[in-house]
Amino acid sequence: MMKKVIIYKGFERFWHWAQAALILFLMLTGFEIHSSYSFFGFENAVIFHNIAAVVLVALVIVAIFWHFATGEWKQYLPTFKNFRAQVNFYLFGIFRNAPHPHKKRLLSKLNPLQRLVYLGLKILVIPVMVISGLLYMYYRYPFRGGLKTIGLDGLEVVAVLHTVGAIMLVAFLVVHLYLITTGHTPTSNLNAMITGYEEIEDDGDEI
Amino acid sequence: MRNPVSVLLFIGALLLLLIFGRMVTKPEPTYDLELLKERYPSQHVASVDHSKLPALQGKFDKPSDVTRACVSCHTERHKELLESTHWKWEREAYIPGRGVTYAGKKNLINNFCIGIGSNEQSCNRCHAGYGWEDNSFDFSKWENIDCLVCHDNSAVYVKGIGMAGYPEPDVDLSIAAQGVGLPTTWNCGSCHFFSGGGNNVKHGDLEVALVQTTRDVDVHMGQDAGQMQCVDCHEAENHKMLGKMYSVSSSNEGRMNCEKCHGPVPHETSILNEHSVKVACQTCHIPEFAKVNATKMHWDWSTAGKLDENGEPMEIVDENGNDTYLSIKGSFVWKKHVQPEYQWFNGTADHYFLGDKVDTTQVIPINTLFGEYSDPASKIIPVKVHRARQIYDCSNNTIIQPRLYAVSKGEGAYWKDFDWDIAARLGMEAIGEPYSGNFCWVDTKMNWPVNHMVSPADKALSCEDCHTREDGRLAALTDFYMPGRDRNKTIDVLGLIIILASLAGVLTHALIRIAASSRRGGGK
Repeated sequence: MMKKVIIYKGFERFWHWAQAALILFLMLTGFEIHSSYSFFGFENAVIFHNIAAVVLVALVIVAIFWHFATGEWKQYLPTFKNFRAQVNFYLFGIFRNAPHPHKKRLLSKLNPLQRLVYLGLKILVIPVMVISGLLYMYYRYPFRGGLKTIGLDGLEVVAVLHTVGAIMLVAFLVVHLYLITTGHTPTSNLNAMITGYEEIEDDGDEI
Repeated sequence: MRNPVSVLLFIGALLLLLIFGRMVTKPEPTYDLELLKERYPSQHVASVDHSKLPALQGKFDKPSDVTRACVSCHTERHKELLESTHWKWEREAYIPGRGVTYAGKKNLINNFCIGIGSNEQSCNRCHAGYGWEDNSFDFSKWENIDCLVCHDNSAVYVKGIGMAGYPEPDVDLSIAAQGVGLPTTWNCGSCHFFSGGGNNVKHGDLEVALVQTTRDVDVHMGQDAGQMQCVDCHEAENHKMLGKMYSVSSSNEGRMNCEKCHGPVPHETSILNEHSVKVACQTCHIPEFAKVNATKMHWDWSTAGKLDENGEPMEIVDENGNDTYLSIKGSFVWKKHVQPEYQWFNGTADHYFLGDKVDTTQVIPINTLFGEYSDPASKIIPVKVHRARQIYDCSNNTIIQPRLYAVSKGEGAYWKDFDWDIAARLGMEAIGEPYSGNFCWVDTKMNWPVNHMVSPADKALSCEDCHTREDGRLAALTDFYMPGRDRNKTIDVLGLIIILASLAGVLTHALIRIAASSRRGGGK
């Protein structure tokens, strides 16, 4: 029996879409700063990128508090239960229209692969981007009418790390966008992230 | 947010945001441009009318009598002058690898008219003194100080050509003496605009057009802008002036800089202010020099000496009135609206000292500006690089100081007799350096930092002028990572592969899904 429940709360959806928009915008402006193309013009790209970065950091801070305040952070605890089954599903089962090995639950929205990837984003990619980004912005900064620097030898390490992170995020985005279509129906995941509601199997357990 | 703990945490998050917001607020410019605009233009009102002073009445027979009259009231000023660079043409400086040196126009060379040795009669027209015609000049005789060249505001005073600093004989010294005051742009320019033998030859950013110009050419000196005079920035105390030229200077002291008036953080955008840690103001704000009249960019001495059919020296002039060939000097390339080259500079420099051996496998630097990215004292500055081919001793591997100037033929000066061998021998003899008798030509370059002809802010460089992959203004400075110009090619290629592989992966996956689904008979 299927049951319609709110799987993504209002804040979660706001957080997800705001973050999505900001990261897309940061990609657009960031790769322009990287001189991959010209669109806004270098100066505007830098200004917009810096503003969007500050907003994103603010959003991330709020989201971190939200996750700890609501206990939702536990969703990202890695588990290897069903890990192999999940891999098998994406590699084989999905083509045979096999059922999802992971049963979505309110307390366990993410399958083992998602847990691992999102945890990686949260503890590796995002921190690398935020820290290298802040160093990029503040390795010299105004201080009491003058300028201070934090004595970096140069931007190279910071910039290359920031680029590596950006590349990982683009690759993530490609796969993430595709995996949206792998729910019960090709649009059920997207619908869930827009409306919050998803039909999940009610097999009598507490969902 | 029904949970009180979460409300508290949310407030905490907002507080953090506030702190973060404080970090990104704009700094206030420390010096207000409007205040500067009020301060300038300023007319200096003299407290003394020198035409009323008894000491300056009557006729002056000799220019040194004017100097005596000056010192009769300004009783200590001559002592300051005797210690000044305008008088000594040398400075004490420590140069790494050389130790303490005493160098300046007196004993250094350039790649224009080479140097003063044996040519004092002509070159030393611009010495702030009288009678330095050879190396027996007595630098302790204060009577020979030329006060008027800097302080005559009547514009009647002119130093004579080939007169070793003496004024032209028909100058009315009384009018000049009674018309003294603060040096005007014209006073400074009478030498500094015409160095190298003509207007704007050497500097490229100092020329006669600055006397009467517009803000497009120079925001400070433009008559429709600051109306500033040289001495408004180049302030002097006890005849020691701020600012120096690293064609002949070596040490990082007594420099003039923009920050003195504009402060260390003059922009409203902090990202621009942050640039000032590594980039000198001039780099962005002087996008080009020689804005009005052309400047010499290349000088080839090796073509000199061709005479016309009557055996007379020739002069070939281009359509803009610039010499492109002179029998006495060789051929020249002049350029207008020149984009500077850019170099790291920490305020110290080295020079070619006469007698130094040269490495002719490369272009010989006549002066070297020290600096690099990793040196916190270094900033990127704009430079006019003057390139030349000039005479050197190919047995001794030394650059030759030739004798160029003489009053008449037969004295061995190149400009009269057109014989390089004799000119080289006499020149080297005069400065006490050996000459082997073999002369050749060598390519040299000389760095002239560009500091004037500051453009209006809207004409300053924009980000893309440097932050661009190819052919940016700073393409030659490769010792640091610059966003927009530099990238790690390996990372970029690997990144592209990863992204394309992800795309290929999901596309393949999707295709198999579609194929499998249609084999099952459509539906899902």
